[in-house]
Amino acid sequence: MLVDVAAYVMANTHLSRDYNVIALSAPEIARVAQPGQFVMIRTQPGLDPLLRRPFSIFERLRDASGAFTGLSLLNKRVGVGTSQLFSAREGDRIGVLGPLGRPFVPVDAPSEAWMVAGGVGLAPFVTLAEALAARGTPMRLFYGARTAADLYYADWFAGLGATLHLTTEDGSRGDLGRVTLPLLRALETTPATRAIALYACGPTPMMRAVATAAGAHDRSVAVSLEPVMGCGMGGCYSCVVPVHRGSGRQFVRACLEGPVFDGRAIVWDALTGH
Amino acid sequence: MADLTTRIGSLTLRNPFIGASGCFGYGLEYTGAVDLASLGGVAVKGLFLEERQGHPPPRIVETPAGMLNAIGLQGIGVRRFVAEKLPELRRLGATTIVNICGSTLEEYCEVARILSDHEGVGAIELNISCPNIKEGGIQFGCSLPGTYDVVSGVRKVTKLPLIPKLTPNVTDVASFARASEEAGADAVSLVNTFLAMAIDVETRTPKLSNVMGGLSGPAIRPIAVRMVWECFQAVKLPIIGMGGIATTEDAVEFLIAGASAVQVGTGNFVDPFIWGKLTSGLNAYMTRHHIARVADLVGSLRIPSKAHA
Repeated sequence: MLVDVAAYVMANTHLSRDYNVIALSAPEIARVAQPGQFVMIRTQPGLDPLLRRPFSIFERLRDASGAFTGLSLLNKRVGVGTSQLFSAREGDRIGVLGPLGRPFVPVDAPSEAWMVAGGVGLAPFVTLAEALAARGTPMRLFYGARTAADLYYADWFAGLGATLHLTTEDGSRGDLGRVTLPLLRALETTPATRAIALYACGPTPMMRAVATAAGAHDRSVAVSLEPVMGCGMGGCYSCVVPVHRGSGRQFVRACLEGPVFDGRAIVWDALTGH
Repeated sequence: MADLTTRIGSLTLRNPFIGASGCFGYGLEYTGAVDLASLGGVAVKGLFLEERQGHPPPRIVETPAGMLNAIGLQGIGVRRFVAEKLPELRRLGATTIVNICGSTLEEYCEVARILSDHEGVGAIELNISCPNIKEGGIQFGCSLPGTYDVVSGVRKVTKLPLIPKLTPNVTDVASFARASEEAGADAVSLVNTFLAMAIDVETRTPKLSNVMGGLSGPAIRPIAVRMVWECFQAVKLPIIGMGGIATTEDAVEFLIAGASAVQVGTGNFVDPFIWGKLTSGLNAYMTRHHIARVADLVGSLRIPSKAHA
């Protein structure tokens, strides 16, 4: 069920000069949220920013007894709203509307789940990894960032049983280069008889490269897109994504038909402005 | 409880609050947030005869206290609307106002005819004001003879209440309200968005794929209120006002300026649960001011004599 919660900030952990994890008291949303779903965030009640912004639900938070207390967001300071989220203090009120969007569908063993994340594209994979771990699905995380210090939560995934394939642009941890390098290597060395489901989230060129690689190896990939969104409800038609439909192509709303899409459905050449 | 009902021609609305066309999908997208029957009306997204793809993204950009959009009237076309959406809107008890578009007078008439053949359409809002497409009616809406011709042309093919939606991108909006009245309209709605533009100065590229777009949101509210007031003085037709309404006070401002009902667009993006707040807020306002009916509030602007001199 959709709710708009005036959540208070339970904690705001700065990971670096630009990244933070902000915990919000919205247990109503955390309780029902599925992996990969998003919320529309209103950082303040005034006019700047005016519109809400979409965020993946990062963690579903629980207390010691296992009861849901809220959810967290993985935030990168870029504009006005993300700066407000970065500098928010405990007790501040943040509007959280959700949960919204089509979730990831977690695959079952014996199939393996391979998650491919670039930067803040890690955000939807914590909830997915929890769902996969609960089902006993073997999982790998391919995770690329600028430097070793930017590879947040990598060890958390390892603790959940995921095999890590890390890359950094400066080689300070894992392989030097793009996250698609270890992914391609793994695709090439894995026998076609072994079932794999891919999940990707990150910059659009990265997701496109993952979708291309998956297609070349006849593997399915679910991509979580992050288009500009006005309402998150299907009202404004701003978040459209070009998809193949029949013999043609069509713009569909990412808030309703996504944010998770079958990578093969996207008309990547026409995916502009994201 | 004050009487919140209001009349737009032969149509009685439960309350003055209508989901604005282009901002409320086909209404059904919002059933998780609001009971559509509790709204004054649902103005659905503009419909042509055929399906339309709209413009490529980026389609919106935020501006100070507002937003620019150039969606390009993406839509399913009137035939799919009456088959796939209208029966459900009817079942849910919505008062459905169908916004229609055309590249020619014939297209407007054909869309109106199809809607007139189906149960469940409360009124037709004639979109002669979308700033974002070349052939979508603004050529009618920016010319007085064009406005007269399209309103009188559609008037001949439908008995449904007819509400031309006026553009603010003209020098004298009241003259367009008069042309609509003379042509047989039952009401007018205003304002559509203001043609506007935003540029990324680093890349020197427009922030919208369509280069220009329509400005909406609280930034335009005072101009919209002024235009409603001008039209209220010029015509006897009921007016549906809109432009940046985000609170009860904003809506009341439009009613006092002369609107019999209001549409809420950008405000619903920010808060899809706004509707209950608006109706309870209006009830509280009317109770506090001992106003029994919405009609008693409409056009009730008091201008002190000094300010008039």
